[in-house]
Amino acid sequence: MDTDFIDIGTVEDVPVRGSRLVKTPDATIAIFKTMEGQIFAIEDKCPHLSGPLSQGIVHGNRVTCPLHNLVIDLANGQADGPGGGPNGKCVKTFPIEIMDGRILLKPFDVPSEKVA
Amino acid sequence: MPQRQKLVIVGNGMAPGRMLEELLKRSPRAYDITIFNAEPRVNYDRIMLSPVLSAEKTFEDIIIHDDDWYAANDITLHKGKRVARIDRDAKVVEAEDGTAASYDRLVLATGSSPFIIPVPGHDLPGVLAYRDLDDVDAMVEAAEHGGKAVVIGGGLLGLEAAAGLQMRGMDVTVIHLMPTLMERQLDTAAGHLLRQAVEARGIKVLTEANTQSITEKDGKVAGVQIEDGRLLPADIVVMAVGIKPSSGIAKDAGLTVGRGISVDDTLCTSDPAVSAVGECVEHRGMCYGLVAPLYEMAKTLAANLAGEEASYTGSVTSTKLKVTGINLFSAGDFADAEGREEIVLRDASNGVYRRLVLEDNRIVGAVLYGDVADGAWFFDLIKRSTDISEMRDTVIFGQGFAGGTPLDPTAAVAALPDDGEICGCNGICKGTIVEAIGELGLKDVEGVRMHTKASASCGSCTGLVEQLLTLSLGDDYDPAGVPPMCGCTDLGHGDVRRLIVAKNLKTIPDVMQELEWTSSCGCAKCRPALNYYLLATWPGEYTDDNQSRFINERVHANIQKDGTYSVVPRMWGGITSADELRAIADVTDKFNVPTVKVTGGQRIDLLGIQKEDLPAVWADLNAAGLVSGHAYGKALRTVKTCVGTDWCRFGTQDSTGFGIRIEKFMWGSWTPAKVKMAVSGCPRNCSEATCKDVGVICVDSGYEIHFAGAAGLEIKGTVVLGHASTEDEALEIIVAVTQLYREQAYYLERIHKWAARVGVDTVREQIMDDVERRKALFERFCYSQKFSQIDPWAERVQGDQAHEFMPLADLTRMQAAE
Ligand SMILES: Cc1cc2nc3c(=O)[nH]c(=O)nc-3n(C[C@H](O)[C@H](O)[C@H](O)COP(=O)(O)OP(=O)(O)OC[C@H]3O[C@@H](n4cnc5c(N)ncnc54)[C@H](O)[C@@H]3O)c2cc1C
Ligand code: SF4
Ligand code: FES
Repeated sequence: MDTDFIDIGTVEDVPVRGSRLVKTPDATIAIFKTMEGQIFAIEDKCPHLSGPLSQGIVHGNRVTCPLHNLVIDLANGQADGPGGGPNGKCVKTFPIEIMDGRILLKPFDVPSEKVA
Repeated sequence: MPQRQKLVIVGNGMAPGRMLEELLKRSPRAYDITIFNAEPRVNYDRIMLSPVLSAEKTFEDIIIHDDDWYAANDITLHKGKRVARIDRDAKVVEAEDGTAASYDRLVLATGSSPFIIPVPGHDLPGVLAYRDLDDVDAMVEAAEHGGKAVVIGGGLLGLEAAAGLQMRGMDVTVIHLMPTLMERQLDTAAGHLLRQAVEARGIKVLTEANTQSITEKDGKVAGVQIEDGRLLPADIVVMAVGIKPSSGIAKDAGLTVGRGISVDDTLCTSDPAVSAVGECVEHRGMCYGLVAPLYEMAKTLAANLAGEEASYTGSVTSTKLKVTGINLFSAGDFADAEGREEIVLRDASNGVYRRLVLEDNRIVGAVLYGDVADGAWFFDLIKRSTDISEMRDTVIFGQGFAGGTPLDPTAAVAALPDDGEICGCNGICKGTIVEAIGELGLKDVEGVRMHTKASASCGSCTGLVEQLLTLSLGDDYDPAGVPPMCGCTDLGHGDVRRLIVAKNLKTIPDVMQELEWTSSCGCAKCRPALNYYLLATWPGEYTDDNQSRFINERVHANIQKDGTYSVVPRMWGGITSADELRAIADVTDKFNVPTVKVTGGQRIDLLGIQKEDLPAVWADLNAAGLVSGHAYGKALRTVKTCVGTDWCRFGTQDSTGFGIRIEKFMWGSWTPAKVKMAVSGCPRNCSEATCKDVGVICVDSGYEIHFAGAAGLEIKGTVVLGHASTEDEALEIIVAVTQLYREQAYYLERIHKWAARVGVDTVREQIMDDVERRKALFERFCYSQKFSQIDPWAERVQGDQAHEFMPLADLTRMQAAE
């Protein structure tokens, strides 16, 4: 296993169609669980005016921002609509692995990947 | 086939766009067409830039002709190429980058450019105009950083820009040179109402303010210096002070140019091979800045290019302000002049103002504020110059009253002649729409929009189009059923509510399955609505789905712009005590609450609380007996009271006691939208009961019960529901009307909207005349209350939903996870 992955809790800990937070020194990360039980990790910060996405309504693989209803794809962090939301910015997503019902998260930037 | 003539168009705005549609309709293959456009994009609906700015629409939504359209019609569009020169002898135009095209016929449609006041600093980065998509993009970008915006100019464009920037989260000030906003369209009184409405949304307005200079810091704009010495800090400045026709290239080419490019009634310039259309034109001394006249010109020009005879003789214009929630219409001319008279109607309590200017018993100008439904009718009377002497006494009340026509809303439209205009932007008449509905079998507004263009531009005539549908199709047109709840279904709210009962559907997945939802788990629009419908239909049986509630209702507090929450405990009837205040003060200290505010609903709001702290805050408040005020819910909010017979020398009944009784009886019930109530001890109405969802005015003989008021985006006085002689009877009526609303309204529909939809009279019949029914409604409400009167704060203090308030993991100190 990649040593950068950190065990943050169990799949059960996250409510279905809901989310929980993981605080890190760089960012607050929202861990989402969809209706189908899929887990996603994405920065808790809307590209529009930084709304806490964790507080939104989850539907399908998407979440609607609680502040002004931007819809964000949990898988790639992209906003709905032409150009992918405000100025084409998207939300940062984080790698996740599930092992024996536990969620492993890679919360920190791997410098070489951080190009743009 | 003869060699096709070459048509070259300079500028690709709304006027030539419409001209091409008309031309292609008349003679599709007459010309070989080339367009040059300085903007690097296709033709779009410029007037809809404001909804794009306010994020109510996207650019894709407002495109008129996409790339496929140009390809399909074999038109060459040079995007991003500005024509620099016209050589009339060689009949060639040339763009800045050297691209050239020769023409047999040339059309100039260069529109206009924003006027920039040449004060010092006008060319600093951060000073923007408001004309095209690039300007909107620049404003949106700036708004992302929040901060302050100053809009110079309080006309149509300036106000739309201000409203958009404000909705994007900026702190906006409008400065206007004149004493009255939109003074070109409005008189002083309407300007004043408009100013109030603009200020009510949090936009500051400074009138009679002359910009002296724009100040600089770090190479970009820092503020606006006004002549009277005030300095307004600004991160961006938007200048919207007017436009001037773009006629530079025409002038350079030696064409006759006045204020704009001079044209005759066939839209021909001083050179017979060159025509001009749109805002760049001066026709009979007039330059226009609205689309309706430009579309008329476009039609005339298209006919001429197609070899038909047609002429344009000028237009009367009307304006609507496109700011959601503000209704304003003005048409014609209303300057004071010799021999002119006016008729004015003011109904301040309903926020209605109307003014008609008459000359020789004919209406020459009209200003409507608040209720603009009669705009089309007045505009028609102006354009036709109809003699109104016979209906002079009633004309101001609108078509419903004038000339004895009955008060049915569709009667107004029914009475319009076939050539009466419905859609001002596109110049579409009633006859055209009715014909299209009949011949093409159109069933809804979307269809009419697609086939006739009526209501396709600014959309303000949508209501009239709906009435024409009702008129043409009768019962076959079901406006309520037409708009689907959301993208996941074709069914409207009414159908879904009905089917939930008819098919005995008891869970959200059941509804989605049975009613064939197209998405697997709905969306943020339908899920909260379904959750409410099921809760209201099956009390005690349905288990509330927390994940289908908007965050505020999920965590029982109001989310704020920075992600913190606000907490509002209940203060029954606005009465509090030393103990309660002490508990609030202690919580404020203990949790470092940054802001404590007294609300309009007579209670205290603690703002800026961290989500993790909510359960602890509630525990402390609970300990002092304070419970959730549901300030976050589609639920009963407050019952505002005055001191009534307890203290007031005018009080006729115990208004405080009754208010508390209502609140204790009804708290906790979920409703389609928020519900606010008030009880006043006498008609002096200190608790402002007549703008509430339900209000009570105590009188000597008992209780006058009002409902269907509003004081938010819309302002509306209540209507009287009925009279009760005892407090018990009054309570029964109030509870019954709320229950009827809970059972019938669409999610997010306030009481006044519901009442307008189903009819105030039908509500009155069911509650006041049919006592059996009233009692049954009352009983159903009481039953559902059994399951709702549980303090959600206390439940969470006990540990319910604890996961909501605790992070899953805290990695701020790296090792913490293990
Ligand atoms: C924000 C906003 C809101 C508005 N709201 C309303 C409203 O509610 N109701 C209403 O009736 N009207 C409204 N208007 C006005 C309306 O949009 C204009 O009247 C209309 O768009 C003018 O059409 P046009 O074709 O004459 O010019 P434009 O649409 O301005 O098009 C001119 C085009 O020509 C291009 N051009 C200029 N010079 C050259 C050149 N030398 N070579 C090549 N291309 C060139 C320009 O780049 C531009 O794209 C609004 C305008 C704005 C900006
Ligand atoms: S509404 Fe009447 S009773 Fe109540 S405080 Fe005002 S004046 Fe007194
Ligand atoms: S902050 Fe997310 S939509 Fe505005």
